Amino acid sequence: MTGPLLSVENLSISFGGLKVIDGVSFDLEEGGRLALIGPNGAGKTTIFNLLSGVYRQDTGHIRLGGEVIDDVPSRKRIGYGMARSFQNIRLMPHLSVVENVMMGQHARPDRPGRLLAPLSIFGRSRARAEAEALLAEMGVEVAPGQDVSTLPYGIRKKIELVRALAARPRLLLLDEPAAGLNETETGELMAFLDRISDSGVTLLVVEHDMGLVRSLCDRAVVLNFGQKIYDGSTADVQKDPLVLEAYLGPRHAEDSAKEAENVA
Amino acid sequence: MSGYWSGIITLLSINVVFAYGIYLAVATGQLNLGGAGFQALGAYAAAWLCAEQGWPIWATLGASAVVAGGIGFAFAFPILRLKGVYLVLGTFAFAEVVAGVIINSDALGGAMGLPVPEYIDWHVPAIAAVGVALFCFYLMSTRLGLAVRAVHDDDVVCDLLGVDVRLVRVALFALGAALAGFAGGLYAHAYTYVEVQTFNASLSIYVLLYVLLGGAQTAWGPLAGAAFFTLLPELLRNTLPALKSSLYGLFGADGSMSPPDESWRFVALGVVTVLMMVFRSEGLITRTMVERISHPFRSTKSEAL
Ligand SMILES: Nc1ncnc2c1ncn2[C@@H]1O[C@H](COP(=O)(O)OP(=O)(O)OP(=O)(O)O)[C@@H](O)[C@H]1O
Ligand SMILES: [Mg+2]
Repeated sequence: MTGPLLSVENLSISFGGLKVIDGVSFDLEEGGRLALIGPNGAGKTTIFNLLSGVYRQDTGHIRLGGEVIDDVPSRKRIGYGMARSFQNIRLMPHLSVVENVMMGQHARPDRPGRLLAPLSIFGRSRARAEAEALLAEMGVEVAPGQDVSTLPYGIRKKIELVRALAARPRLLLLDEPAAGLNETETGELMAFLDRISDSGVTLLVVEHDMGLVRSLCDRAVVLNFGQKIYDGSTADVQKDPLVLEAYLGPRHAEDSAKEAENVA
Repeated sequence: MSGYWSGIITLLSINVVFAYGIYLAVATGQLNLGGAGFQALGAYAAAWLCAEQGWPIWATLGASAVVAGGIGFAFAFPILRLKGVYLVLGTFAFAEVVAGVIINSDALGGAMGLPVPEYIDWHVPAIAAVGVALFCFYLMSTRLGLAVRAVHDDDVVCDLLGVDVRLVRVALFALGAALAGFAGGLYAHAYTYVEVQTFNASLSIYVLLYVLLGGAQTAWGPLAGAAFFTLLPELLRNTLPALKSSLYGLFGADGSMSPPDESWRFVALGVVTVLMMVFRSEGLITRTMVERISHPFRSTKSEAL
C-alpha cells in the first residue's frame, strides 16, 4: 500500500441545519500517532462516529488503506482494520470481563472458534484463553469471569481498550482514553499505548490532557466549531494564535501572544 | 405414575419448551408478547395435520415447529424494526390476529375447536423439554450465544464490532417462534383438543413472566421460571384451602366452607411478580450467580482495587 492508512477529505455533516463538521481533511500515516483535539463540542466524537460509520457524512470521502469506505456499512468497517473506544465507556454490562473482550474477536477472519462452536462448555476454549492472555498482557488484573458493571472506572476503561485490541486493528480510535483516570492510571495507560503503537498499530487519539497529548503524539489536528484550525506538531500547538483563540477566547489569546513575545 | 403427577409433568414440560421459545427472543433484547399466537399456530398445525391429513405424530410435531417458525421468520423482518413498547404491542397484535383468523376459519373448527385423534402421554413432552433445554444451553454457550447476549446489552456497539444485529435478532426470534409452536404441537397431542380460547393474552403474559422472572441472562432462567410458576399454583392449590379453613377456624366459623376459587392463585402469582420486580429485577438466576456456583473457589472480587 502506498499513501496514508487513513485519509479524510472534505468531510462535512449537519444536524438539524447546524454544521457540526465542516470540510475537514487530514491524513494519517501507517504507524503514526495523531492527536485530535479541540474545545468541548468541537466535533471530535462526531469525526469518530463518521469514521466508524455510525453517521454517514453529507459530503466528503473517507479512505482506509487506500480504499474508499464511504459506502461500507458500519458493521463491516471493523473488517478494514478499524476499532474504537468510546468517550462514555460502552461495555456490555451483563457480560463478564473476558466475554466483553471475546466480543472484540467477533469480526476477525482468523477468529478463534466458529459461530456455532461452544465457547465454554468444557472449560476454556481457545477464544477464551486468547482473551484472558490479552487481558493479562495488558495488565488488567481482575477475575476474568467477573461482572464488568461493578468494576472501577479505570479498569473498565482498560477493558474497553483491550476489547478494541482483540480485533487486531491497524487503526485504533481512542476517544478520551485518559478522562477520569488518576495519575498512576494515566501513566500506565501511556505505557500501554506506547506498546500498542510500537507493535505497529496506528493511533488516532482524542484527548484533553495536553501533557498526555504531547508525550504520546508528535502531531495534532485541532478542531473548532467543526472546522480544522491547526494541523502540525504538538510542540507548537499551544503557541498557535487560532488555537489559543479557540480555547481562551479572542482577548485572552491576545494577552498570551503578547506574553509569548515578551518572553522571546 | 399417578395421573396427577403425569399431568403436572406434561404441563411443566410444555411450559418449559414454550418459555425457551420466548427466551430466545428476550435474550436478544426483544420482548415477545405474542407467545400465545405462535403456540396456537403450532397447536392448530399439529391438530389439523393429524385430524384431517392423518400425519403421524412425529411429523405433526415437526410441522408445528416449522409452521410457527416460518411465520415467525416472515413476521420478524418487518416487526423487529420496532423498538421497545412498539415491538411489544406489535407481537401482542400478532397473537390477536392469529386468534381472529382461527376463530373465523371453518377448516380449523372456528370457536368450537378441533379434536386431535392421536394422544401422547407425559413421556414425549418430558423428553422434548429436556432436548429443547439442552439445545438452548448449547446455543447460548456458542459464539452466537455470546453475540446474542451482547446484542441484548448494546446493539450499536455490537454492530461496530461486526455483529449482524438484525440477523441475530431475526434468527433468534424465528427459532423462538418455532419452539413456541412446538410447545403448541405438544399441547395439541397431550390434551387431544385445541380451542382458540386456550391461547389467549394471559398465556402470552404468563410465559413472558416465566422468562423475565426466571432471568433472561442465562439458559437457566426460563427453566427456573417455568418450573417455579407451573409448580407454585399446584402448591397453592393445596395450601390455600388449608389456610382458609384454619383462618375460618380461628374466628370460630363453621358449617360448609367453599374452597377459595381459582382467582386467588392468580392474586398470589401477581404478588410474587411484584415482589420479584422490586427485589430482583434481573430475574431469579443471573450470570454472576451461575459463575459463582460453577467456580466456587475462584474469587470474583477485584484484586486490583
Ligand atoms: N446526533 C446528533 N444530533 C445533533 N447534534 C449532534 C449529534 N451529535 C453531535 N451533535 C452536536 O455536534 C457538536 C459536536 O459534538 P461532539 O460530540 O462531536 O463534540 P466533541 O468535540 O466530542 O466534544 P467533547 O469534548 O465535549 O466530547 C455538539 O454541538 C453536539 O451537540
Ligand atoms: Mg467527544
